Amino acid sequence: MARIVGIDLGTTNSLVAYMHDGQPCIVPDRNGRTMVPSVVALTDNGLIVGDSAKEHLTRNPERTVYSVKRFMGKGLADVQNELAYFPYTLTETGGVIRIRLGQKSYSPPQISAMILKELKLRAEAYLGESITKAVITVPAYFNDSQRQATKDAGLIAGLEVLRIINEPTAASLAYGLQKNTQGTIAVYDFGGGTLDVSILKLKDGIFEVLATNGDTHLGGDDVDRLLVDLFIAEIRELEGIDISDHPDHMQAVRLEAERAKIRLSDELKTDIAIELPENKGRFTRELTRDQLESLATSVIERTLAPCRMAIKDAGLTPKDIDEVVLVGGSTRMPLVRQRVEALFGKPPHCHLNPDEVVALGAAVQADILSGGTTDMLLLDVTPLSLGIETMGGVMSSLIRRNTTIPASAKELFTTYVDGQTGVDIHILQGERELVKDNRSLARFRLKVPPLPAGVPRIEVTFLIDANGILNVTATDMRTGQSQSIEVKPSYGLSDTEVERMIEDSFKFAAEDIGARKLIEARLDAESLIKATDKSLAEAGHLVVREETDAIRTALSQLSTAKDGTDPRAIRARMAELEQAAKHLNTVMLDDSLKKGLHGKKVSEVS
Amino acid sequence: MVRAPCPFLLMDNDQPSTHSDRRRQLQMARSMCWHCQSEVTGEYFCERCVKVQPVSKETDYFTCLGFPRRLTLDPKKLEAKFYELSRTFHPDFYQTKSTDEQAISLSNAAVLNTAYRTLRDPIQRAEYLLALETGSVKDIRTSPPADLFEEILELQDTLEEYRASDRGSDQGHRLHTTLQTEQEALERRKVEMESQLRRLFADWDKLQDAGAATSSAKAERDRILKQMRELLSHRTYINNIVNDLAATIA
Repeated sequence: MARIVGIDLGTTNSLVAYMHDGQPCIVPDRNGRTMVPSVVALTDNGLIVGDSAKEHLTRNPERTVYSVKRFMGKGLADVQNELAYFPYTLTETGGVIRIRLGQKSYSPPQISAMILKELKLRAEAYLGESITKAVITVPAYFNDSQRQATKDAGLIAGLEVLRIINEPTAASLAYGLQKNTQGTIAVYDFGGGTLDVSILKLKDGIFEVLATNGDTHLGGDDVDRLLVDLFIAEIRELEGIDISDHPDHMQAVRLEAERAKIRLSDELKTDIAIELPENKGRFTRELTRDQLESLATSVIERTLAPCRMAIKDAGLTPKDIDEVVLVGGSTRMPLVRQRVEALFGKPPHCHLNPDEVVALGAAVQADILSGGTTDMLLLDVTPLSLGIETMGGVMSSLIRRNTTIPASAKELFTTYVDGQTGVDIHILQGERELVKDNRSLARFRLKVPPLPAGVPRIEVTFLIDANGILNVTATDMRTGQSQSIEVKPSYGLSDTEVERMIEDSFKFAAEDIGARKLIEARLDAESLIKATDKSLAEAGHLVVREETDAIRTALSQLSTAKDGTDPRAIRARMAELEQAAKHLNTVMLDDSLKKGLHGKKVSEVS
Repeated sequence: MVRAPCPFLLMDNDQPSTHSDRRRQLQMARSMCWHCQSEVTGEYFCERCVKVQPVSKETDYFTCLGFPRRLTLDPKKLEAKFYELSRTFHPDFYQTKSTDEQAISLSNAAVLNTAYRTLRDPIQRAEYLLALETGSVKDIRTSPPADLFEEILELQDTLEEYRASDRGSDQGHRLHTTLQTEQEALERRKVEMESQLRRLFADWDKLQDAGAATSSAKAERDRILKQMRELLSHRTYINNIVNDLAATIA
């Protein structure tokens, strides 16, 4: 079976991992960096993703999208009160948020697909093979629409998403693999935009989730915002400038707030410096860890209620938890660790890299699916109750929260008016009594043969698969025939829309790949030129003149090719240069070895 | 927007089938491998082509988990069997198999999960066994024990009064204390009912182990089932009130 990679599609950063000799490993980029910032920017040269896109946050804020995960599976009304924080323009079509980038609008799955594609390319370049299958992680508390949106993103990126897996449980797989623990563990996963808590029982390779809880709208971002609000208020007070009128400066303030928060995890105080608009100089202040913590405490307190809920739902008390595992960058904050320790009554385990453990776990799950790992099995649960609307606007629960998945429930429907030909079914997710307080997932119309009231018998099966995604099928019990159901998602892309996006993405893929090859060839050419220049300077005197001349000619030819647009020409000139400089490099190596044997440093002899 | 009338729920069909369903299912009951058509003798897999077989709709949860219809089950053994069967059926292990096998694995795993969830909890287990033995639908009507009828009516009044009162006032405190005492009393009653239930469970298991087909055995069976139904119904009723109380005075 072709290789399946594991992907952590994060709010702030994303990673891709693979299995090597029974151990999960993160795919690094050419500079050894493991994380791809989840940022997409529209530049004059097209769309860019990751580190280079992150630079555009302050340069080009209206055309740089970050934290897109917050919008997955959502409508505009869901994010109304945070719109002011985002410099890019959000609209809505068909219940799905659209993000404006230049002349075009993109759905959150499309933006996420760009990040996924970047990860796919990175893995392909590193592993030297084509990658078409992936396991992608989502917050455990993601609802059906958010999971479906993530799956759509994978499809648009040209990936077959073999499994959507919950982040805290992915982390537990990586943790379990390393520690070979038995017992009850709690995973506290506090990331950039989401919070999850899962309680698991680990026994003989089975990872059974007992309960999960969380908040898909609570993360380190919220702490950053409190800092931003503080700085803006102070700048307004001191300088009379409203930073929120300047999107580029807003982004600079946000990034400075994030960096300061990170520094304060190791230091007790730090200096803040923010360039002011209109050449008004800089705003500077000192920020102490105490000040940060007194701001952040409200956010951190909000993470504890879901912990208590999860423990209760698991039928346990904090003292039954053997080990607490921390996941997500926000768990680096000392106050978070203190509060978690106080709640569970034991110091949390934080030896795993909280940024990488989720992607590593996704790779483990990918290995299970491809048949590599057979001794581990994850039994996860659905985080939210699933039900349908019944008379009086009340939700009737069919599958309760924390039910092990796959889970199914059957309901028999009939008519109560003679000749009625359809029954409308409204599917909901949530824990509240009334329909209006729960999340609408989808609606569909059940076709019923026109018969006297009460005679038709249609059995509808609601099945939550191992991805936590709902599938609905119906059977006419009188004829035994199954009928297809067209489910219209309340907050999702329709199948035809996803298909069109996949087509679009293929159409542009050829162009994208061309552009990417050129960029990569140029970067490689640059580093080769630099290295060769250095060799010439250091060891040019050790070879004959003809040789250095040949090298210099090859160098100049490469630099001409580099300014062109043909990646193949660049690669060809690079090969020529490498050939021309081969002898020089050997001589240089021998020389330094010789000097090394005499116990002297290169710098001392030259 | 004009909407068709709300769906009218007939019953929860997750439970043992009614007579008419059973006939249809019997027609569909498998004896042949869906793949190679040879007779299936293995438990979960065809012995000839090694394909996974669908758990028949006729299979009850006890049979599914390989336990006899007893009401006292060792939770450790139940869990071990659940884990073992999860390793057999979980979709994770069918990713490289055909779509048909994947569909069977998915539906088997869903049945297995429901079976385990039902049998793991002694109360749900007893309710399920009652449904199996008496062929009734899942929902056992909840009703208050006759001797508590008056007390519960009074309690409902006190609850209303408390909800309307100022929590900080003397009256609020007084009502809170009353409700707390009531809650404790009801919880004791619940525990009592549960130990009565456990005795009935033991009676049931003993009767089943004896396996006698006498008329006195039949009478004993009917007695146990009747008392169990009554107790379960009362217990659920008390349980709902206790939960309501706890939520209100928390």
